[in-house]
Parts: sequence; structure tokens; C-alpha cells
Amino acid sequence: MKRPISLTVNGRAETVLAEPRTHLAGLLREGLRLTGTHIGCEHGVCGACTVEVDGAPARACLLHAGAAEGASVRTVEGFDGDAVMTALREAFSAEHALQCGYCTPGMLVTARDIILRLPDADEARVREELAGNLCRCTGYRGIVRAILRVLAQRRG
Amino acid sequence: MKPAPFDYARPADWSAALALLAAGARPVAGGQSLGPMLNLRVATPEKLADLRHLPGYAGVTQQGGTIRIGAGTTHAAIEDGAVPGRLGAILAGVARRIAYRPVRNRGTIGGSLAHADPAADWVAVLPCFRGEAVVLGPAGERRVKLERFVTGMLATALSPEELLLAVELPALPEAARWGHWKFCRKPGEFSKATACVLAVPGEAPRAVLAALDAPPFVVADASALCAAPEAEAARLVAALDVADPWRAAIARTALRRAAEAAS
Ligand SMILES: Cc1cc2nc3c(=O)[nH]c(=O)nc-3n(C[C@H](O)[C@H](O)[C@H](O)COP(=O)(O)OP(=O)(O)OC[C@H]3O[C@@H](n4cnc5c(N)ncnc54)[C@H](O)[C@@H]3O)c2cc1C
Ligand code: FES
Ligand code: FES
Repeated sequence: MKRPISLTVNGRAETVLAEPRTHLAGLLREGLRLTGTHIGCEHGVCGACTVEVDGAPARACLLHAGAAEGASVRTVEGFDGDAVMTALREAFSAEHALQCGYCTPGMLVTARDIILRLPDADEARVREELAGNLCRCTGYRGIVRAILRVLAQRRG
Repeated sequence: MKPAPFDYARPADWSAALALLAAGARPVAGGQSLGPMLNLRVATPEKLADLRHLPGYAGVTQQGGTIRIGAGTTHAAIEDGAVPGRLGAILAGVARRIAYRPVRNRGTIGGSLAHADPAADWVAVLPCFRGEAVVLGPAGERRVKLERFVTGMLATALSPEELLLAVELPALPEAARWGHWKFCRKPGEFSKATACVLAVPGEAPRAVLAALDAPPFVVADASALCAAPEAEAARLVAALDVADPWRAAIARTALRRAAEAAS
């Protein structure tokens, strides 16, 4: 049975009709037409659906609508004006960190978390932290370089 | 895939949570093990009881020499240092290697133990500490020694009407030595063999060998293992009758390396 689910998405209060079994990725894409959040494996492995929930990255495919009630969610569409995300977008472009773009929304949310949480991360740590986001196009080198570039910029 | 339909409830207090369980609801915490099972329709509960908003469910407290970790404490909180002292440093190192940060941000220590995947990290490591699980049921609270909590593949000492409230572990002196080896080919993967050895001055060292598709194997007195890691690891693993020779080989190596690191 569908019921109203209230949550904050990209700073706006939203109420969406959804069944409790709908996952957050489906709710965002189909209920709110925010199709920047991609769906890959639907069991937590690929990272394509990674969004920010209450300030920390989470798998949108593993959070069902009932549990998402009251949460504050930020998707790849919600980072306008964010300095780290702006720098990451430029670095992803400069370093060829995307090809088809399927993994990119999840990569960007994870990358931003790495930069803010681990400002001293080296290449080995960046690779370890990226293990939960699969990319089938780039071979990761460009993605790793883009993140290292923003880390270096911020260290000044 | 999408889950089969289920109903969802968010109990506000513990008695409401127990009442939901008594009526057949399945508890859910971080959803990082149950979520995939729902999506794959391996689990088809009629109703979920979300524990995350229960008072005192997450968080760490210390009373004297005992550190209590609420079942709802996330792997990420433990990775970031929620547990104090030497024990906290050891657990932070374990937490960092569980899954990936977005999974650790929601997955909980209690959910991991209750799920009881033999390859899970808390399942493998917690029996090494002389600690207890605190369980809440219709008859009140009871305690289960951590080495007896996981009883088999996805099986625990919990009845369907009980909840895991917390784990309580002894604080450790700075001089406590720790060795931990997790075999997996990619960071964040489930382990293919895990061993850990804890040596607290003045106590017999303890060891656990886990992730062998069976409940964790506890060596209550690992003095011989610490004295002769190679020979004793071989003897212990041979006695376990691991069917796959590759699995037996990495189990031996994990145990030897953990013992060497703790000696
Ligand atoms: C991609 C991926 C990779 C992973 N890799 C690893 C890994 O390398 N190592 C590892 O250890 N884990 C791994 N996990 C599992 C992860 O650690 C889970 O967070 C954890 O196993 C379950 O915790 P949870 O809070 O999410 O529990 P949930 O998924 O909410 O619940 C799990 C089970 O426990 C029950 N339950 C939950 N809380 C309680 C309670 N308080 N009392 C009674 N029953 C309860 C539920 O009914 C359910 O049956 C991985 C998960 C994913 C998605
Ligand atoms: S779709 Fe969520 S992790 Fe793959
Ligand atoms: S750019 Fe295609 S999957 Fe990463």
C-alpha cells in the first residue's frame, strides 16, 4: 500500500507517495524524477546509487522508503555552489575521469567524502576508499588522479 | 530486483519494539544485510520493525573496566574512534576494513552479529574478547558470552522475539598486543579466512579463526600458538577438517600471521 513519505531532498521538503518497499533510489528517480542517481546492482556492491543521507554517503538501493522517512538526502543534483563538488567536476573533466558516466554520480559523492574526511589521503588510500564504487569504463586511473588533484589543490 | 511488499513500523520505545517482534515483525537496523536480502527476495518478511530510532540504541559508554557498545553503533562510528582506549584502536582497525564507507555509515555492530554471516568481521573478531552480548526479550534482559552468540551459519543464540541491545567488552591495557589477518582479494570484500590473536599481559592469549563457513573457532588458551605460530597453526587447522585445501592453506597462514603480529 502506498503511503505519503516525507523527507528533505536537496534542501527542499518533499512528500512522495510510495510503498514501504520502494528503495530510496527508486523513490528519487520515479517519485521525484531526479534521475541523476543511478541504479546498478541493487544490493550494495556497485556504488552507482550512492547519495548523501543525513550528511554521509549511503547506498540508496538499501534504504527503503519507510526508513528514509524524515531523512535529509542530497543527490548529485544538489551540490550547486559546493566548492569541493565544483573542484571535483573540473578535475573529473580534466583527468578524463568519466566515459559513459554511469558510475559518475556515485563516484562524485564518494570522492567528495574522501576529500572532506581524509584530507591527507595518498594514492593508496584513495584507491582503497574507492573500492566500493565500480567503474566499467575508465580503469579508475583518471578518477584517482582527479581526486588526488583536488586533494593537492586544497592542501595549497 | 525489487522486494516483495512489506509493511514498516518505527517503534518509539523498547516495549513497542518487543510487541512488534512478538507479532512476527522482523527487526531492521542499518539494512545493509537485510536490504540486499529483501531486494533479492531471499527474505520476505511481512513487517519490519526499524530499531534505529530507539533511545540509547547507538552509542558507547564506559563503566569501570567495561565498555558497552550499543547494538545500533555503526561501523563508521567505530572506525572514527567512538570506542575509547586500546580496545577502541583495535576495533577501529577492524571496522575500517568492513565493506565500504557508505555501507559502514549505516551498517551496525548489532546487525552484523545478529545476521551471523560466518565471514562477517564482527562475527570473527568479537569472540576474541572476553565479552558478552546483552539481549532483551519478553522475560527481560539476559547475557550471552560472545563466543557462544553465533551458533552456526546465519544462526545465533537469539530467539525471534529477542533483540540484541549491546555488546560489553573489557577495556584493554595499552600493552595488549593484537594480531589480525583478513584474507580477501579486494578491499571491502567478505573474508575468505580471518584470524585474530589477543595477548593481554597477565592473561592467557586468545585466538579466533573464522570465515570458514562455520561458527568462529575460539582458542581459549593460545599460548602454544604464540610460542610456535607455524607448527601450531598447522595443527589447529588440520584438526578442523576444512574440506577445501586452498581454504585450509589460507586459514593456516591467517592464523600464523595473526599470532606473529601479537607475539
Ligand atoms: C556491499 C556490501 C559489502 C559488505 N561487506 C562486508 C564485509 O566485508 N564484512 C562484514 O562484516 N560485513 C559486510 N557487509 C555487511 C554489513 O557489515 C552489514 O552492515 C551488517 O552485516 C548488518 O548490519 P545492519 O545494521 O545493516 O543490519 P540489518 O541488515 O538491518 O539486519 C541484519 C539482520 O540482523 C537482524 N537484526 C538487526 N539488528 C538486530 C538486533 N538489534 N537484534 C536482533 N536482530 C537484529 C535483522 O533482522 C536481520 O536479520 C557488507 C554489506 C554490503 C552491502
Ligand atoms: S545499485 Fe546500489 S550499490 Fe549498486
Ligand atoms: S564511466 Fe562508465 S562506468 Fe564509469
